[in-house]
Amino acid sequence: MTLVVDAIAWHQFFFVMFALLTCGFAVGVLFSGNIVRMAFYLVLSLASSAGLFFLAGAEFVGAMQLMIYVGGTLVLLIFGVMLTAQDRFISLKTPAGEWVLSLIIGGTLLSLLLAAAFRYEKWQQVEVGDTTPTTSQADTTARLGLSLVGVRPDKLEGGELTDGMSGYLFPFIIVSVHLLVVLVGAAYMARAKKRRTTTAR
Amino acid sequence: MQTTLVDLLIGVGLPEPLAHVIRALVPCVLIIHLVAVGALVFIWLERKVSGRIQDRLGPTRVGGRFGWLQTLADGIKLIAKEDITPGEADAMLFRIAPYVSFAASFAAWLAMPFAVGWSGLDMNVAVFFVLAVLGLEVFGVILAGYASGSKWSLFGAMREAAQVVSYEVPLGLCVVIPVFICGTMNLTTIGEMQRGFATNWLIFHDPFTFCVFWVYITCGVASVNRAPFDLAEAESELVAGFHTEYSGLRWSFFFMAEYGSMLLVSALAVILFLGAWHGPIPIFSQFLGWSPSADGATAIQIYLASLAGCANLILKSSLGVIVMIWVRWTLPRLRIDQVMTTCLKYCVPLASFCFLGALAWQAWIPQLTPASLPAPFGIDRAAIREAWVVPRPAKTDLSEAAVPATDPSALAPSAASSALAAGSVRNKNIPVAGPTAPIGREEAP
Repeated sequence: MTLVVDAIAWHQFFFVMFALLTCGFAVGVLFSGNIVRMAFYLVLSLASSAGLFFLAGAEFVGAMQLMIYVGGTLVLLIFGVMLTAQDRFISLKTPAGEWVLSLIIGGTLLSLLLAAAFRYEKWQQVEVGDTTPTTSQADTTARLGLSLVGVRPDKLEGGELTDGMSGYLFPFIIVSVHLLVVLVGAAYMARAKKRRTTTAR
Repeated sequence: MQTTLVDLLIGVGLPEPLAHVIRALVPCVLIIHLVAVGALVFIWLERKVSGRIQDRLGPTRVGGRFGWLQTLADGIKLIAKEDITPGEADAMLFRIAPYVSFAASFAAWLAMPFAVGWSGLDMNVAVFFVLAVLGLEVFGVILAGYASGSKWSLFGAMREAAQVVSYEVPLGLCVVIPVFICGTMNLTTIGEMQRGFATNWLIFHDPFTFCVFWVYITCGVASVNRAPFDLAEAESELVAGFHTEYSGLRWSFFFMAEYGSMLLVSALAVILFLGAWHGPIPIFSQFLGWSPSADGATAIQIYLASLAGCANLILKSSLGVIVMIWVRWTLPRLRIDQVMTTCLKYCVPLASFCFLGALAWQAWIPQLTPASLPAPFGIDRAAIREAWVVPRPAKTDLSEAAVPATDPSALAPSAASSALAAGSVRNKNIPVAGPTAPIGREEAP
């Protein structure tokens, strides 16, 4: 009895659990007709993938997943649905042609991803019997922050600057400026039109 | 706490995985009790406070005196009520919505520390996690509003969504200020950095943090959907808003979520601005020398100090909740355009201004804060670090600090500098020196 209980590898257990939840609810999104139920399944699927990130020790990315994808995107989605839907409990039927098209596109992307994943050498060498994967509890946030301002702590060896130290400052700035432009543009387009009243006091 | 409990259970004879499960269940059960019993107490308190504000008595009979068992009686009544699902409703979403709300409110508590090392989940990004999960509570409300199949519920849900999405912006801006002053998103470290007299509390750090605290309280009240921002309920116009169609236990789940979030927002304010588990006078950490950060404190003394700190935190948070109740029964409900105006024209600019101001203060006159007062009133914030950061070689010699880095379990009692102890006690099982050890805040190249 004790042996059986001891043999549970919790890391694998939780990984499989979260992975199944993620995939299961993603399939739920596919096969559900009701758009709000789809949104609900999408929330659960994204939240489970946040669980995968937490399991991998990437706390910051996990929290980011919750904040941006689960929180922001879905609230936006529901806004969109609620403000545009004419009928209550609107349901969508996918035509057969779209099924085929989406299967082709999805299958292509999946095969690309799989090919890329299996090309990465480290991932091919599965260490059998290693049931205690090391989950990094060291601070990942500060390192991410440092990388974004131009210092790559993972490339820092003994305080010496090595190749590839430059970090992600440039892409980060480009993306931020781009987002700012988008926001300003959105505000410009959504602004109230000025009334041409000459008698305005 | 973490290692000792698991070790204790294994020592009793439980198999190791079971011990880990029990260790994981303990904080969950404790937090569920905090949220549920908290709701019980605060609903009673709400009645008493509102009664007094309106020159009434509130409940007086149930439970002997002061009507202190009134909420329990109400709870029994709610359990006995029929659980109705309207015919128009989307039954599955309608049933599940209260649990979504409650789960979000409950899950955010997991990352909240109650004292050094007393948290369900010691996260490096605790602040961020709490904000992210707190933002999910609105999802239950939206689901409830949409799935009820009632126009009142739908209006309530739309208002709630608009309001919460808007108020997340200034709320995030307010929270960023303590985070950059402390240089960490770890709530335990932020709390420890306010050790000592009340002068060290971040609300007194500079004028801008003092201002931003009030902005935070405003946004916090709005984000948990309390009056004067309770447009989602708005019983004068929307019957009961998003929970119009709910009855019985499901309805009460919404209320547990609401009171849980109130306490959470208030506890977050206490940790970020009001000294966390430290009282205004540092009885345990300085006069008695019992706190986890003090040298040579025994386990029992540390436990007692943490217990007092935990009580301190809950007391301060409860005071915050009482302030929210007081505000609710004093101010009239705002209109939706006034809610948006408050957010976009006042809270966001104020928070941004305070953000820039606090930034400038840190950059130009960092010595002009109460924290840099002479010894008993000030504190060297830079000396308190997260566990993964190797402490700076301060006045003490490094020889003693360098030895325990290889043996983390021996760290706490023998660490020479208080900084090392503060960081290591809560993470006994984590090596202090990470793979990229020399990265500190100040020393970053």
